[in-house]
Amino acid sequence: MARIESEVGKPQGGLMKWIDDRFPFTKTMEHHVTKYYASKNFNWWYIFGVLAFVVLAIQLITGIFLTMNYKPSATDAFASVEYIMRDVEWGWLIRYMHSTGASFFFVVVYLHMFRAMLYGSYKKPRELIWIIGMLIFLVLMAEAFAGYLLPWGQMSYWGAQVIISLFGAIPVIGDGLVEFIKGDYSISDITLNRFFALHVIVLPLALIGLVFVHIVALHEVGSNNPDGIEIKENKGPDGVPLDGIAFHPYHTSKDLVGIIVFLMIFSAVVFFAPEMGGYFLEHANFEKANVTATPEHIAPVWYFTPYYAILRAVPDKFWGFVLFAISVILPLFLPWLDRSRVRSIRYRGWMYKSALTMFVITFFMLLWLGLQPAEGLYVVLARIFSVLYFAFFLLMPYYTSRDKTKPLPDRVVYHG
Amino acid sequence: MDKFKKFAGLVVLGACFATSSASAAGGASPLADPSKIDLDNIASLQRGARNYMNYCSGCHSAEYVRFSTIGKMLELSEEQLVDNLMFNAEKTFETINAAMPSEAAARWFGQPPPDLSLMARAKGADHIYNFLRGFYVDPDSPTGVDNVVLAGTSMPHVLWELQGFQEAKFESHENEDGSVTTEFKGFETLSAGTMDAEAYDDFVRDTTNFLAFIAEPIRQDRRKLGVWVLIFLLFFLVLATQLKKEIWKDVK
Amino acid sequence: MTEDDLDRNRRHFLSVATAATGVVGVAMVAVPFLSSLKPSARAQALGAPVEVPLASMQPGEMVRVIWRGKLVFVLRRTEDMLSRLAGVEDDLRDPDSTEYADHQPDYAANATRSVKPEYLVVEGSCTHLGCAPLEDFEVRPAEGWEGGFFCPCHGSKFDLAGRVYKGVPAPSNLRVPPHRFVRDDLILIGQDMGAA
Repeated sequence: MARIESEVGKPQGGLMKWIDDRFPFTKTMEHHVTKYYASKNFNWWYIFGVLAFVVLAIQLITGIFLTMNYKPSATDAFASVEYIMRDVEWGWLIRYMHSTGASFFFVVVYLHMFRAMLYGSYKKPRELIWIIGMLIFLVLMAEAFAGYLLPWGQMSYWGAQVIISLFGAIPVIGDGLVEFIKGDYSISDITLNRFFALHVIVLPLALIGLVFVHIVALHEVGSNNPDGIEIKENKGPDGVPLDGIAFHPYHTSKDLVGIIVFLMIFSAVVFFAPEMGGYFLEHANFEKANVTATPEHIAPVWYFTPYYAILRAVPDKFWGFVLFAISVILPLFLPWLDRSRVRSIRYRGWMYKSALTMFVITFFMLLWLGLQPAEGLYVVLARIFSVLYFAFFLLMPYYTSRDKTKPLPDRVVYHG
Repeated sequence: MDKFKKFAGLVVLGACFATSSASAAGGASPLADPSKIDLDNIASLQRGARNYMNYCSGCHSAEYVRFSTIGKMLELSEEQLVDNLMFNAEKTFETINAAMPSEAAARWFGQPPPDLSLMARAKGADHIYNFLRGFYVDPDSPTGVDNVVLAGTSMPHVLWELQGFQEAKFESHENEDGSVTTEFKGFETLSAGTMDAEAYDDFVRDTTNFLAFIAEPIRQDRRKLGVWVLIFLLFFLVLATQLKKEIWKDVK
Repeated sequence: MTEDDLDRNRRHFLSVATAATGVVGVAMVAVPFLSSLKPSARAQALGAPVEVPLASMQPGEMVRVIWRGKLVFVLRRTEDMLSRLAGVEDDLRDPDSTEYADHQPDYAANATRSVKPEYLVVEGSCTHLGCAPLEDFEVRPAEGWEGGFFCPCHGSKFDLAGRVYKGVPAPSNLRVPPHRFVRDDLILIGQDMGAA
C-alpha cells in the first residue's frame, strides 16, 4: 500500500524539534491524525461524528457573534434579535445559521447515535465512549432548551414555562425546585439572564470538554466499523492494522466530501427555508413573549417532541415526568442491555433487525405525535408507541441473547 | 455512495414535505383565500407602502422597520420617501412609529394595536389578506363591526370607505350530540365603497405584500445569495470528490 | 512520463485546487462575519448629523454637542480672538494645517480652520490620547497664553483655532468634523458642505 507521507507530522528539526521537546505536538498529531488508523470500510453512516463537530464549530462561531449584539433582558431581548436580523450588517445570516444549526445539531447527533446502534459501537470496549456521548446529548438538550428561551418570543416563553413546570412533578422538592430554576416566581428577566449565562458559558464549556474526552476515548480504543470486528487483531509487520488507513489523508479527504454535501443541505435551509415551515423557527416566536396569552398550540421544537409525546401519553403528572426522564436516559444503558455476541447488524439475526426497524418507526411516530395536539387518536397512538419505545430497550437483553447471529469474517468487507 | 445518495434524497424529500405541509399557526378560518402576494413586484410593494402609511400607521407601529430600508429596498429616492411616506417629519433613518400614542390607543380600543413589523411572519400573509377582507356589520360590537377571521377583534373597519360595508351570512345547524355548529356562508354587500370588490382585493393584496416585505426585508436578497452559495459549494464538491477518488486509489 | 508521475501530478493539482477553494470559501464566509462588526444601521441612525442652532449664541460663547458619541465644540469667536490667531503662529507645530490633511475638511483648511471665521467647530478630543480638552479663553500675557484649549491629562495646548502648540505631547491639531451651514443661524454637524 503506497501511502502518502503527510507533511504535518514529519519531524523537521529546527522549530518543530524545539516545540516537540517542550510540547508533544508531533506525537499528538500522529496519535490523532496522521497515524490514527481507522477501518477502510467506513460507509457514509460514519460521517455524522465529523459533521457533529462541524455543527459545533458553526454554533460556537455564530454564537459568539450573536452574543455581541444580543441583550439578555426581558425588555430588550426580542427587539435585540430583530436588531440583529435587520440593523446589523449580515446579522440575519449569522442568526439563521445559528437557528438552523440548532436543528441540524440534533439531526446529525440522532443519526450519529443511530449509527452506533446499527453497528454496535457502544459495545465493549467502547462503553465509555457511548456514555460520554450520551452526556454530550444531555448537555446538548439543556443547551438547546436554554437557547430557545433567549429570543423571548411567545414559544420561548410558554415552551420554557411548560418544561420547567415539569420539575414541579417531583414530590416534596418539586415546587421549590421550579422556583430555584426560574430564580423568580414566574419566568422573568431573572430567568432569562441566567439561561443566557448557561447558554453562552456553562453549557458550551461542558460541551467542548465532553467532546474532547469523547474523542480522546475513541482514539484510545479505536473506531468500530460496519462489520463490528476489531481491525487491531490483524496487524501488519509495521504494527499498523491491515484494514486500517490513516485518518489523514484518507478519511479526511472522504470527510471533506461529506462536509460539503452537509453544507449544501445546510445552506439550502439557511437561504431558502430558514423557518423550515415553522419547525425550525416557530411562527408564534415572531410575537414577543406575552404573559397574559398562551399561543393556541404549544409544542416544543421538533427535536424534543419524541420525549414530549411520551410525557403527554401518561395521564399522571408525576409518572409522566418519570417516564419522560427515563426515556431520555435509557439509551445510556445500551452497552449492558445488548447481550449479542456480535456488534454489527450485518451479522445479527432477524430479531434485532426487526426490533431496530420498529424502534426507528416508533421514534419518528413519537416525534410526529409530539407536534400534534394531545387529543383523541393522537393520545392512543402516543401510548402505543411509548410502550414500544420502552419495549425496545427493556426487552433487549432477551431478544439479543436469543437472536441467531451469523459468523464473523476475519477481515473487514471492502469492495474498493 | 449509493446509500448516501439515497439518504441525502430522503433528507431533501423530508425537507420539501416539511415546508409544504406546515402552514402558519392558527385554526381553519372560514375565509381562507390565498393572498397571491409577489415580493418581487416592486410596484405592488410601493403601493402597499403608501396604503400602509395612509391607513395603518395612524394606529400601528412597525418599530423595527426603518424608512431608509424601505427606500433602499423599494427603489425610492429620499425625496419620494419624504413626500409620499413620511408624514410626521421623521428622519429617514427612523423607525415607523404610530401617530397615536399606544397608551391612548389602549384606552380607546381596550388593547394597544399590535406592532406590525413581524405580523406577516407570525400569522402568515394569507391571514392578513383575509382579515382585511373579513369585516362585517355587527351592531352588537362596540366598533359596529366584527371579523370572520378574528372574531371579537377590537379593530374597527378602517377601510370601510374603500370596501363599503358587508353583512356576513351564517348558517347554524344542530349536531347529533346537541352542539350547534355555525358555518360562514359568504358576504352580502350592504353599502358599496369607492372600490369594487376586485380593486379592493388588489388594494389589500398590495398592503399585505408590503407587510410580508417588512417582516423580513432581506428575504429576496438571501434567496438570490443562496443560489451563488450553492453553486460555489457544488464546484467545491466536484473538486473534493475528485481528490478523494485520487487519494483512495492507494486503498486496496 | 510514467503513469505514476501522472497520478502524482493529478493528485498534487487536486490537493492544491481543493485547498485553494477551501481558503476562498473561508474568506468569503469571513466577510459577513467581519462586516457584522461595523456600525449597524442603528449606530448609523444614532450617529446621524446633529443640528446646532446659533441664533442665541453670544460672541465668545462655546457650546458642547455630542455627535456620534463624540464631544464637539462650537465656539463663536470674537473679533479679538480672531485677531490673536496670527500672532501665535510661530509657536505652533502646524499653523497652516498641512501636515495632517485629513484632520479637517478642505473647506476648513484655512487660517481660521472654519467655514465662517466667526464659528469654530472642532472635536473635543485631544489628538494625544483622546482626553477632552478644557477651554481657557482668558488671555494672560505674563504666561504667554493667548487663549485656547488645554488638555488636563498630559498638558497639551491648542490655540483658538484648535491648532496644537509646539513642545506638547499632542502631535496634531484638533480635528474639525464635517459640518455645514444649513442657514446662517444653523450648523449641521456630520454632513459636509455641499451635501444635500
